[in-house]
Amino acid sequence: MEQLKTIGRELAMGSQGGFGQSKEFLDLVKSIGEARSKAEEDRIVLSEIDILKRKLLEPDIPKRKMKEYIIRLVYIEMLGHDASFGYIHAVKMTHDDNLLLKRTGYLAVTLFLNEDHDLIILIVNTIQKDLRSDNYLVVCAALNAICRLINEETIPAVLPQVVDLLNHQKEAVRKKAIMALHRFHRKSPSSVSHLISNFRKRLCDNDPGVMGATLCPLFDLITEDVSSYKDLVSSFVSILKQVTERRLPKSYDYHQMPAPFIQIKLLKIMALLGCGDKSASEIMYMVLGDLFRKCDSSTNIGNAILYECIRCISCIIPSPKLLEAAADAISKFLKSDSHNLKYMGIDGLGRLIKISPDIAEQHQLAVIDCLEDPDDTLKRKTFELLYKMTKSSNVEVIVDRMTDYMISINDNHYKTEIASRCVELAEQFAPSNQWFIQIMNKVFEHAGDLVNIKVAHNLMRLIAEGFGEDDDDADSKLRLSAVESYLQIMSEPKLPSLFLQVISWVLGEYGTADGKYSASYISGKLCDVADAYSSDETVKGYAVSALMKIYAFEIAFGRKVDVLPECQSLIEELLASHSTDLQQRAYELQALLALDARAVESILPLDASCEDIEVDKDLSFLNGYIQQAIESGAQPYISERERSCMLETTDYHSRDHHEVPSHALRFEAYERPKPSSLPTQASTELVPVPEPSYYSEAHQPISTSSVSERESSEIKLRLDGVKQKWGRPSYQSSTSASSTPPQAANGTSSHPDVGVGSSSLKPRSSYESKKPEIDPEKQRLAASLFGGSSSSRSDRKSSSGGHKPAKGTASKPPKENPIPVQPPPDLLDFGEPTATSVTATDPFKELEGLMDSSSQDGGSTDVMGVLYSDAAPVTTTTSVDSLLSELSDSSKGNPDTYQSQTSKGPNSKEALEKDALVRQMGVNPTSQNPTLFKDLLG
Amino acid sequence: MIRFILLQNRQGKTRLAKYYVPLEESEKHKVEYEVHRLVVNRDAKFTNFVEFRTHKVIYRRYAGLFFSVCVDITDNELAYLECIHLFVEILDHFFSNVCELDFVFNFHKVYLILDEFILAGELQETSKRAIIERMSELEKLE
Repeated sequence: MEQLKTIGRELAMGSQGGFGQSKEFLDLVKSIGEARSKAEEDRIVLSEIDILKRKLLEPDIPKRKMKEYIIRLVYIEMLGHDASFGYIHAVKMTHDDNLLLKRTGYLAVTLFLNEDHDLIILIVNTIQKDLRSDNYLVVCAALNAICRLINEETIPAVLPQVVDLLNHQKEAVRKKAIMALHRFHRKSPSSVSHLISNFRKRLCDNDPGVMGATLCPLFDLITEDVSSYKDLVSSFVSILKQVTERRLPKSYDYHQMPAPFIQIKLLKIMALLGCGDKSASEIMYMVLGDLFRKCDSSTNIGNAILYECIRCISCIIPSPKLLEAAADAISKFLKSDSHNLKYMGIDGLGRLIKISPDIAEQHQLAVIDCLEDPDDTLKRKTFELLYKMTKSSNVEVIVDRMTDYMISINDNHYKTEIASRCVELAEQFAPSNQWFIQIMNKVFEHAGDLVNIKVAHNLMRLIAEGFGEDDDDADSKLRLSAVESYLQIMSEPKLPSLFLQVISWVLGEYGTADGKYSASYISGKLCDVADAYSSDETVKGYAVSALMKIYAFEIAFGRKVDVLPECQSLIEELLASHSTDLQQRAYELQALLALDARAVESILPLDASCEDIEVDKDLSFLNGYIQQAIESGAQPYISERERSCMLETTDYHSRDHHEVPSHALRFEAYERPKPSSLPTQASTELVPVPEPSYYSEAHQPISTSSVSERESSEIKLRLDGVKQKWGRPSYQSSTSASSTPPQAANGTSSHPDVGVGSSSLKPRSSYESKKPEIDPEKQRLAASLFGGSSSSRSDRKSSSGGHKPAKGTASKPPKENPIPVQPPPDLLDFGEPTATSVTATDPFKELEGLMDSSSQDGGSTDVMGVLYSDAAPVTTTTSVDSLLSELSDSSKGNPDTYQSQTSKGPNSKEALEKDALVRQMGVNPTSQNPTLFKDLLG
Repeated sequence: MIRFILLQNRQGKTRLAKYYVPLEESEKHKVEYEVHRLVVNRDAKFTNFVEFRTHKVIYRRYAGLFFSVCVDITDNELAYLECIHLFVEILDHFFSNVCELDFVFNFHKVYLILDEFILAGELQETSKRAIIERMSELEKLE
């Protein structure tokens, strides 16, 4: 161990001058570290760039020097400056024979270049050469680079070699080859689709590192296609079982947990495989139960595994016992003081609530605490949970909370999300129309520019159609309440455009419908809108159309229309507008004012926004005219889309020509004639085949636009309301949810619930006795969120409490119970020091039977066996491990495990040395960053 | 899958940045700036997870350094939190008592260690010993 430590120290100090770099570089780092401002830093970097540009041009740069220049380039790039002038030198360095230089070159290019960079082509050849190298470190370096640099086009150039490396004798190479193949699969699944069996084969690699790495691609593959991997369920389960039984080498332990990261990956895979599959799920029950019992919930990593178990259980078909164990784990999370664990608990709750909806109730206060936590992450997670558990009984409280939160935040991305959730919940569960409109007003007022325009159309349609009943009275009440609320809101100074559009439309249609408001009052308001938002043409358009409707209704009723002076001036202004749309609307309005009642009524019938308007999309009435024109020698019309298609085809042709040379850049020998078929194939696919459907589709845009040109723009507006196809089912469901006496439900749901909920809270007070006082406000909130039938729930609660001891006893039998008759196959028997070296080729027989049999050379496995049974390194690492785990324990904030201070004794001396050395070189910790020397794990 | 890993100090200086998805240069700077702002002022008691656009950032602070990992929204937060810690343990082992200065002067070595730990956005090797052994094999060449 001491040896390792000193090696580490020497490495850190490097060979020359302390950190292995020249004085110049140290000066650079130092001056940047001491820069007082960003501008100063930029100046320093720019002059460094100049220096490097000059130096890189010098002839015969010593290699060691060159390596440093490259590292300086990386540094410059890391500080956010462009170092592209030096990329080519990094590329050159990858060609070097010296491994160190080569690695530096590869490191630099992986950091500099994206996979589509032109210079990649120069590296592919080197990579190919390096993959063939005898030195496995060179191969590793090349594989690292492959994982970053190879794109779809260059995959074929390296693929065969990477596949060969899957059987390399060094486990590090096999592991990286697997990761490279995984990446190929992500980039272009078709390129490796024939190689998938290799992943299965590597699952039973002798090296746990390779096995662990193989889980990554397998996870992706299983996500795509579960059914073809069902045969692996028992293999995964038995691997997990062996991992939990500590059969992997101790070096995979992390904080006393055996290979936790591998466990988590396995659990993720099992969740996929067990989803909706009873028999697969049943195989997993035992190991999952074991995990719940074994996992140490005092460490983060133990909790990470527990959480993964909960996720797994929420995906598979769980047994009641497992559900209970998951619920217990969740309640531990929620009761913890750590925000991280609370977060995991809330997330787990959200997952489990789908399976057992009542589980949230016993945690209601914890949930509310999280909801009111100042930590936004936790709050949002809790909102997600609430969203999942919304019912018609608690929708009001939840949506109110959501809208309040939505108003309070500035983050547009999340605001949009939560706004759309509010709308969705309101549409689904609205207890009353009034409430619905209120919520929509709030959402529009505060997030109007963020919500989807469809939401606005939906709302307009809802107000026009009512909630679907034939009760006209209720509909007109709804409209009146909408009009009233809008008139009130309109006085707010700044409203989102979309909201104003809705307001204008509704006022136009229904502003005067009840006779409560006079035409001049409404039209005055509409003029105000058009004035106040004079830069927004859409709003103005809506306002003018609304004015037109108001006047039309007046005329139709035979009342005399007196146009307000401000309306008159608005119309005059718009008559001269630059926007043809506004201008047309203004002219139409002017023309309409001159018509008599009957004509107006047929143009704009009262309350007809829901009537279907038949549109002749094919413009068949023009056929005769067209026929005539063609006969007299006119060209037939080619729609825009067809024209653009024709352009595109020529485009593709030209692109093909470009592509041919790029395909011609082969990395393989030229003999193979196969790929030549590729370009032609591609081109046939790309040329669009003219289909009859094109014509009908292509006609659509022109026809509608010409219709709207011909008919009044009013029709265009109505089309908006009528033609929408979306959202219909949600409306119907909302009506069914709320149609049964909405008012009554609304009235009762809030008050009795409080009573019921709070009474149901009482028996629980013992469990919450930790907290001395619970805010009655919170209790009320809890009751309205979770309230419902109370008695059954409290019963269930107590019964679940009673279950606990029973569970303890019940969980024992499986231990002795030898369910699988044959002893578990020795899939991953790495632990036994002596036995493995003899039977090294056998331990995977069981698994191999499942895969396509492959030639696995015994030589390599033997090497592995020796490697893992080697006693000496194992002992050193265990002691090192234990030391580090002590260190890390302290870093995890357990104040009582500070004994690590003592173990740091000798090290602190090192730190001092390091400190002194750096100071000697003239690098001082500046006031800007006094922690430069602080041990990260201290 | 891991989208990127960032090491930044409290002032927002990037000490290490590794991207596993292709991003434009300007986009990278934006990301680094935004992540720093998200992370630096969070209360120590808060969760170590923050939403970041359509992903989430798991971060952990060590002395003056923030280690931030951006992962998919479906990934296990605690596991990545511990993955950061494992990385720091490995660095601590390698540099013996790692401090920010090691990142300043030996950032290229940190990159090499990272490449042994995470490859193509996935955990490649979780055995501390395996990684340390690999590194010392490389260092012997110097």
